Amino acid sequence: MTFLPGRIAIMLGGRRWRSLAPLAVLVVLCVLITIANPNFIELRNLVRLANSAAVPLTLAMGLTFIIVMGSIDLSVEGTLSVAAMVVVLLAANDSNGNDYGWWAVLAAIAAGTVMGLISGLVQTMLRIPSFMATLGMWFIGLGLSVYMLGGSAIRLNDASIRNLALHRFLGLPLAVWVALGAFALAAVIQYHTRLGRHILAIGGDEDVTKLSGVNVVRVRIAAFALAGFFFGIAGVLAAAQLGQSHAVIGDGRLFAAVTAVVVGGTALTGGEGGVVNTLIGVLIVTVLANGMILLGISPYIQQTVQGLMIIAAVALSLDRVRLKIVK
Amino acid sequence: MLQATGIIKNFPGVQALRDVSIEVRPNEVVGLIGENGAGKSTLMRLLAGGYRPDGGTITLDGEQLKLRNARDAARNGIGMVFQEQSLVLNLTVAENIYLGEEDRFTRFGLVNWRAMNAAARRQLAKIGVDIDVTARTSELTFAARQMVELAKALTLEEMVERPLLILLDEPTSVLNAADIEVLFARVRSLKSRASFVFVSHRLDEVLAISDRVYTMKDGAVVAEHRAAEVTAPELHEIMVGRGLQAEYYREARQQPPGDKIMVEARGLGASGFYHGVDLSIRAGEIVGIAGVVGSGREEVTRTVGGFLPHDAGEMKIAGETVRFSSPEPAVRKGIGYVPRERRLEGLVMFLSIAENISLADLSSVMRNGAIDYGKERRLAADWIKRLSIKAPGPDAACRKLSGGNQQKVVLARWMTAGSRILVLDHPTRGLDVGAKEEVYELVRDLSDQGVAILLISDTLEETIGLSHQVLVMRDGEITARFDASPGNKPDQVELLRAMV
Repeated sequence: MTFLPGRIAIMLGGRRWRSLAPLAVLVVLCVLITIANPNFIELRNLVRLANSAAVPLTLAMGLTFIIVMGSIDLSVEGTLSVAAMVVVLLAANDSNGNDYGWWAVLAAIAAGTVMGLISGLVQTMLRIPSFMATLGMWFIGLGLSVYMLGGSAIRLNDASIRNLALHRFLGLPLAVWVALGAFALAAVIQYHTRLGRHILAIGGDEDVTKLSGVNVVRVRIAAFALAGFFFGIAGVLAAAQLGQSHAVIGDGRLFAAVTAVVVGGTALTGGEGGVVNTLIGVLIVTVLANGMILLGISPYIQQTVQGLMIIAAVALSLDRVRLKIVK
Repeated sequence: MLQATGIIKNFPGVQALRDVSIEVRPNEVVGLIGENGAGKSTLMRLLAGGYRPDGGTITLDGEQLKLRNARDAARNGIGMVFQEQSLVLNLTVAENIYLGEEDRFTRFGLVNWRAMNAAARRQLAKIGVDIDVTARTSELTFAARQMVELAKALTLEEMVERPLLILLDEPTSVLNAADIEVLFARVRSLKSRASFVFVSHRLDEVLAISDRVYTMKDGAVVAEHRAAEVTAPELHEIMVGRGLQAEYYREARQQPPGDKIMVEARGLGASGFYHGVDLSIRAGEIVGIAGVVGSGREEVTRTVGGFLPHDAGEMKIAGETVRFSSPEPAVRKGIGYVPRERRLEGLVMFLSIAENISLADLSSVMRNGAIDYGKERRLAADWIKRLSIKAPGPDAACRKLSGGNQQKVVLARWMTAGSRILVLDHPTRGLDVGAKEEVYELVRDLSDQGVAILLISDTLEETIGLSHQVLVMRDGEITARFDASPGNKPDQVELLRAMV
C-alpha cells in the first residue's frame, strides 16, 4: 500500500515532487487567505465557493481531455452559449410558448455534443489544426446563440431547471452535485476506459499510437464530442444559475477553464496530467478569485493576477530547457 | 510462408525500392542487410502495413495481402519492432503492450487494468524477463524497452491462429553486447513459434542469428545466401561493392590542400562529450572524422558549427581565436553547417529555393534596405544552373525537390553567404546513388575553390574516399590519424581497429 501523498502524486500523473505542487499551492493559498480574512473558512463562504466552481469545473473536465491529447479547444464559450440558448428557448421562458421541461436539458447537452463532434470532424476530416477549427466553432456558436436569442436576455421560467441553482441537497446547491458528478464521470472515462487511455497515448506519441493499431481519427472525434458534452452540461448549469440566457453568458469562461487545466499541472504539450489535476486547478482559480474579493482587491487587479498565474503555472510545469523551439 | 514479389516503392524524388522480392519460410530467421538508404527500413515498414507499395504483391501462405495499416498487418500475424523505439513513454509497460488491444479487457465499457497487468506479466514471463508492468515506460532502460516491444509483438499470438512473423528493424542499435545476447537467446527460443526478419547493418550479428541473409543495395536485393555458407567480409564486399571505388569518390580530382590553416583546434574539449582534440584544416582540405555513435565526433562538428560551445582548449578560425555560443557568430566567421536532417535543420521547406539561398546572407540581395526580389531570383537562377539543380525555377518550394537537389540548395546558401569553411554532417544520408555522386562532385568543386571541409559520414568508405586526412575518435578522444591522399588511402580495417 502506497502512502496517501504518493498515491495522490500518481493520480496527478507523475512520481516527481513537482506533480504535488498544485496541491501544495492550493493548501498554501487557503491558509494565507484565512489568515488575512478568517471569513474565508466560514461555511457560507465555502458553499459560495463551491457554487462558483460548478460551471468552471464542468467546463474544465471537457477541456482536460483535449489538452491531454495535445490539442486545444477554444470553442468553450461558443458551445456553452449554444447549450444555454437551447435550454432557455425550449423550456418555459418569457419569449416563446415552449415548455418541454427536462427534454430541453437533454437537447442542450446534445447540442453541445454535436458542436464538439463537428469540431472533431472538421479537425480530422479537413485536417485543420484544432486551434483554428475550434476558434471557428467558438464564433459560429456565439453567432448562432445571439441570433436565436434575438440579441436580448431571455428568462428561464422552468422551476425544476431553476432548482439546479436554487435547491440544496446536504447544504450544497444541486449544480455543485452535478459538477461533482461530471468530475466522477470524467475520472471514470480517463482512468477506466479505452477512450481515456487512447487520448493519453495520442498526447504522448501520436505516431506510435497509430502504429499500434489505434484508430486515431476516431479517438480525436470522440474526444471533441466528449468535450462538447461537458460544455453542454456547463451551459445548462450556467443558464440555471443566471435564470436567463444572454449574449455574453460565456464571457471569460475560456480563460478560466484553460487556466484551471494548466494550473492543475496538465501539460499543454499533451500526455501528462488529467482530471484530478484539473479539479485542483479549478479550486486554485476559484479560491484565488474568492479570496481576492474577500480582501477587497480591485477587479482589474484580479484579472492581472489571473494572467500572471497562468504564465507562472506554465513556467513551472514545463521542462522548457528541452523545448527546442517556442511558438 | 510470406512472399513479397516485385515490390516497388517511390517517394518524391527517390525510388526507395525497385523490384524487390523476398521470401520468409516457417520457423526461420531471415537476415536483411544493406547500407543506410539501401531500402531495408522501407521494406520493413511496407510489410508491417506502414506504407503501401506502388507495385508488386505480398502473399501470406499463398493468400494475397493488402495491408492498409498496422492493424491489418497485426490481424495477419505480422508484428514489428521498430528501429526508432516505438513505445508511448508516458504510458505504463502493460498499457503499451496492449495499446490498441484494450477490447480484450473491457467489459461494459470499462477496462479491467488488473487483468491487463496480469496478461502483460504473462507475456513478459514468456520471454523470460522481469519488468514491472506498472512502471512508466520512460523509466526503463533502452534494453528493457526493447524487451517490452518484443513482448508487445508477441501478443499477436493470442489473436492469430497462424504462426507469427516478427520484423525486427535494427533492434540491436541501442543495445550493448550483453543485452544483444539476451535478445538473441529470446529470438532463438521463439523460433519454434514464429519466423523473424532481422534487419541490421552489423554483419556479424546478422550471421550469428539468421538462417538466410538477403543483401540489399540501392533499393534492390542483390544477393541471397545461407548464413552458414558466407562470411562477413564477403557480405560486406557485396553490400558496398562498387567496382570502381576510387572513381565513385572522384579521387582523381583530389588536389593537395593549400597552405592557409582555416580551422585549428588545440586541446579542444566540451565536458561530457570530448576532450583534448587537436585538429587543423587547411584551405581546400577535407578532414573526415570516423567513429561510432557516442565517440564524440558529432559534438566536435557541432562545436565548429557553433551549436555546442567548448569549455577547454582553444579554437582558431583563420588565425583568430573564437568561442561560439550560437551558430550566428559562426556564420559571420564564414562557417556553413550542412546538417543531416535537411527537412528539420537544413532548409525552410515552405520557402522557395530563392528564399532559402538568400537566408543566411540577406544583405546580398538587399538594395536600399529592402529585399530586391529580382536580384534574389537572379541569384537563385544562377545557382540552379551552376549546380544543375533539378527544379522548375527559383520560385519552386524546397519541399518539392528531391533529397540531392535539396542538399545542393543548402550548399548554394552557404556559398552565397561566402562560407570558407563547411561542416558536412552526413551529407548524403537518404540520397540515392545518383544523387550521392552529384554531391561528391560538388564537394570536390568546393575543395578546388579552397573551401575547408570538416566531414562526418554514415559510411567509412565515404569518409576515406572523400577526405585528405581521416581522424578516428573513440570515447571522446582522437585515437588515430591517417593520411588519405590519393593512392595512399587507409584501409577500413585499420580505421575500425581504432574505432572500437
